[in-house]
Amino acid sequence: MLELKNVSFQVEEDGSNIEIIRDISLVIPDNKLVVITGPNGGGKSTLARLIAGIEKPTSGQILLDGEDITEMSITDRARKGIGFAFQQPVRFKGIQVLDLIRLATGKNNLSTAQACDYLSAVGLCAREYIDRELNSSLSGGELKRIEIATVLAKASRLSVFDEPEAGIDLWSFGNLIQVFEGMQKTINGSSILIISHQERILNIADDVIILKDGRLAAHGKRQEILPELLDSASATMPCRQNGVSKGDGQEC
Amino acid sequence: MLKLDEIQKRLLSEVAGLHEVPEGAYNIRSDSESAGRASTANIDIIPREDGKGLTVKVKSGTKNESVHIPVVMTKSGLKEVVYNDFYIGEDADIIIVAGCGIDNCGPKDSEHDGIHRFYLEKGAKVKYVEKHYGSGSGTGKRILNPGTEVYLKENSSMEMEMVQIKGVDDTNRTTTAELDKGAKLVVRERLMTHGDQKATSNYVVSLNGEGASADLVSRSVAKNTSYQKFDAKLVGNAACSGHTECDSIIMDEGKILAVPALEANDVDAALVHEAAIGKIAGDQIIKLMTLGLTEQEAEEQIINGFLK
Repeated sequence: MLELKNVSFQVEEDGSNIEIIRDISLVIPDNKLVVITGPNGGGKSTLARLIAGIEKPTSGQILLDGEDITEMSITDRARKGIGFAFQQPVRFKGIQVLDLIRLATGKNNLSTAQACDYLSAVGLCAREYIDRELNSSLSGGELKRIEIATVLAKASRLSVFDEPEAGIDLWSFGNLIQVFEGMQKTINGSSILIISHQERILNIADDVIILKDGRLAAHGKRQEILPELLDSASATMPCRQNGVSKGDGQEC
Repeated sequence: MLKLDEIQKRLLSEVAGLHEVPEGAYNIRSDSESAGRASTANIDIIPREDGKGLTVKVKSGTKNESVHIPVVMTKSGLKEVVYNDFYIGEDADIIIVAGCGIDNCGPKDSEHDGIHRFYLEKGAKVKYVEKHYGSGSGTGKRILNPGTEVYLKENSSMEMEMVQIKGVDDTNRTTTAELDKGAKLVVRERLMTHGDQKATSNYVVSLNGEGASADLVSRSVAKNTSYQKFDAKLVGNAACSGHTECDSIIMDEGKILAVPALEANDVDAALVHEAAIGKIAGDQIIKLMTLGLTEQEAEEQIINGFLK
């Protein structure tokens, strides 16, 4: 269980403090799939980075299974069971897909066949990708799926995905949703936190959180939050309704 | 036969991957003397009369054979210049494994300057592997100054893999190549410097014949206060193609100078150079940390991958 208590995050810009996250308190229970949504610039990605430890809150506490992890490094949080899938995956010259999956599982001796299973789960023909370098020869979409495969391989208690659908237009949403469902089944007591705009991902959430201007605008069961959200969204963003992302998939 | 102590054996394993006497033709030079030599029916290794090197002759049509000529030095203060000439017959296809390991535990500098000249006849094919390695706790420097000359006749090809990852204090590498019609040169250089080491690498590759091609790629990492210079010049004198790439990671207070140069003397010469120097991207470290690696482990993985 992850708990945020009065978490705030400020950055300094041109001499003045800007509040990105404002006094957020929430709980991500075990065995739940929670989706954070809301307008651009509302603080969603920052919140995910605060949970992974990439940013540290200006004030407030973050607790994992009751333990205060607010001051813990990214590494320690990862070892405690937090996984994080980047919105824009990183490229590495020379490091191969197999290397990264082995690092994710923490098993140097992970067999190629076992590693291939993770790639197959994200819809990549494993044999073609396992020896590939994570360099510019891979497309953004391919990298994105490999990123998801590494988080899958890490098998964390809490896996955080920052816009997992962005850039994977060609891969069906059905597969992505299967990945999340599979994770919940295979990793005992695990919870998943997804930042997304996509209605089809919102549709599989247990709980939905809406972030707006750095504040918690709403938090509750999907059945309660979603109808209201879709009513207000349909007026401004029709693409959300048919679940298709435009262009590079960054935003509707 | 071979009499090597444990340090010499370790150096041999580092530079040539050898644990035993290699198969095929070989010459093992240890502290300026030959510690073992063998020729084969197709490959003749002849010592120079002055004792300063070898002449290696490979018969035409020789296939799937190898030549190992590693050098190990364990005496502090030893300085030597060695000349090795390789004559590769038409359509031969062989592997040459060279390399030098220096262990210097003393106060004096140890230096090995290996001058290698390769003469490839028509259609010959050589894969050349050269590793440099230094160890030892002495204050004396470990110095390696390899000089390589490559002469490629029509449709011959040479692939050179040059690696220096650890422990060599001072290196000045000079490589020149002359390519005839249809000849092909591929160079893969990997270099890591640390401490206050200095490494310079100079290439001049002349593409003289129609259809000649060269591909020169250097990947390097400069740590601590070390200094590297990569100076690569491609000269296109015919309808040819050439590519050079220098890709470096800079760390701590390291310094890197990349000087790629292209000279086209023919309207159909197609020459390209790329050079990039930068530190390890913060996102790369963060990604590996989210997988549970420490910052230092993440850095090591990134460098190992980069130099793989």
